[in-house]
This record gives sequence, structure tokens and C-alpha cells, in this order.
Amino acid sequence: MEFSRKSKVKAEIPTASLPDIIFMLLIFFMVSTVLKEFTGLQVSLPAAQKIEKIESERHVTYIWISRDNEVCIDDKIISQTNLIRSLMYQKRVADPQVLVALKIDKNARMSKIIDVQQELRQADCLNVNYNTLFKGN
Amino acid sequence: MIKKRTNREVVIPTASLADIAFLLLIFFLVSTTINSDKGIGLVLPPVGSTKPVPKKNICNVLINASGQVLMGGEQIQIPLIKEEARRRITENPNLIFSVKTARETLYNTYIEVLDQLKLAGARKISIAEPET
Repeated sequence: MEFSRKSKVKAEIPTASLPDIIFMLLIFFMVSTVLKEFTGLQVSLPAAQKIEKIESERHVTYIWISRDNEVCIDDKIISQTNLIRSLMYQKRVADPQVLVALKIDKNARMSKIIDVQQELRQADCLNVNYNTLFKGN
Repeated sequence: MIKKRTNREVVIPTASLADIAFLLLIFFLVSTTINSDKGIGLVLPPVGSTKPVPKKNICNVLINASGQVLMGGEQIQIPLIKEEARRRITENPNLIFSVKTARETLYNTYIEVLDQLKLAGARKISIAEPET
């Protein structure tokens, strides 16, 4: 009768493939990461119910319009509205799939927004997305 | 004794490889922002391509500076736009909603109206520029 028999089998987790697994995860995150260059102007977005997701962030150009009618494209403050046209046209040429995400303060007036939209139409950037928050029922 | 064989094995130590990979992994995990931008998508009308549309296929949605909405000639409360738009679409599936705002309208009102039209399932929404 042996009660305390020490098992001689060594229980070890094989760690030889651990770096491979980690590298795979690493590569996934490296590929999916898009580093944000600029956080934009301070805006409080409106809320809506029927919203859709922006599919790929790589084709997106952000335009901020604050409540003081400041306009900002990617990381440049735009002082004159008619500069938007050439800037956006360059982006449109560089990437035909460009989508313009408009981050506009909910207290902004439409006058500036209408002007910006006219410039976007002139620059042939027709796909826009009004960024909103989700409003529950 | 001219030739002396060196029996030293040259090995790169791989024990810390996993640690280095973990460190990089944590960096990318932290710096990744899961894209959470959502919004109302819209395609603006191209410049200079005015197509004549029959009058009966157009429903004008006008928003004035104080946030009152006129839809097809009648004043309407914003939460009721959804039902009204849905009714009009079932009557005429080719209906185009032409949203026109005053220059002093709040953006929030504009988004509310667009949201209501989207909720009603309207796919043809056009943005008209106000007369100056």
C-alpha cells in the first residue's frame, strides 16, 4: 500500500510556440492600428437614431466645424472657405474613394455648413457622413 | 598544432523573444482605437447636373431659422415627419425629399430632420441650396 507516490511525470506547458502566437497577435494589431494624428476642434455632436458606421478609416477625411464657425480639415485650420475646394480636390485626386466625415457642433448655424457643402460639391467630394452620437429610443 | 577546431556553438538567445513580443503587443493594444465613428451618410448632388424631375416626385422639406418644418406645403412637428414621410413613400416610391434650410437654422434641427427621413426609409434625399 503506497499512498504517497510521487508521480514522476513532469507537467509542463510547452512554451516553444509562445513567441509565434504573440507575434501573430502583434501583427494583427499592427495592421489594424490607425494612429490618430489630430484630435480636432472641440465639438459636441448631435444625436440621431438611424446611424451607420464608417467602414474603413483609411479613406476618411475629417472636417470639423465648431460653434464659432471655425473650420478645420485634418490638422489645418481653414480661414477662408474657398481654400477648401483646392485642398479637397487634391484629396479626391489622391484617393477617389474619399469619404468626408463632418464633425459639426450641434449649435452651429447652417450658413457655414452650406458654404462648406458647396465647396465639397465643387471639389467633387460627394460622399459625406454627418458624425452623430447614438440616441436611444 | 596549426588547426584548432572551435567547438563553441553560436546561439542567439531566444528566451526573451516572447517578452519583447509581448511588450510590442501591449504597445499596439493600447494605441489601437477601435473605430467608433458613426453618423448619417449622404451623397451630395454633383455640380451642374440638373436633371428635370417631375414635380410630383419632389417633396420639399423646408426648415426655417426657428426650427419649424414645412413638408410638402404643410407645417409639421419634427417627431411626426417619420410617419408622414413613410406615408408619402408608399404612395410614390420614386419620391425625392429635397431638404432646404435657412442660413440661420441650427445644425441640430437639420440632423433631426435628416434622421427622421432616414428612419422613414427614404433613400432619395437631396440637399438644396437656399436662395440668397
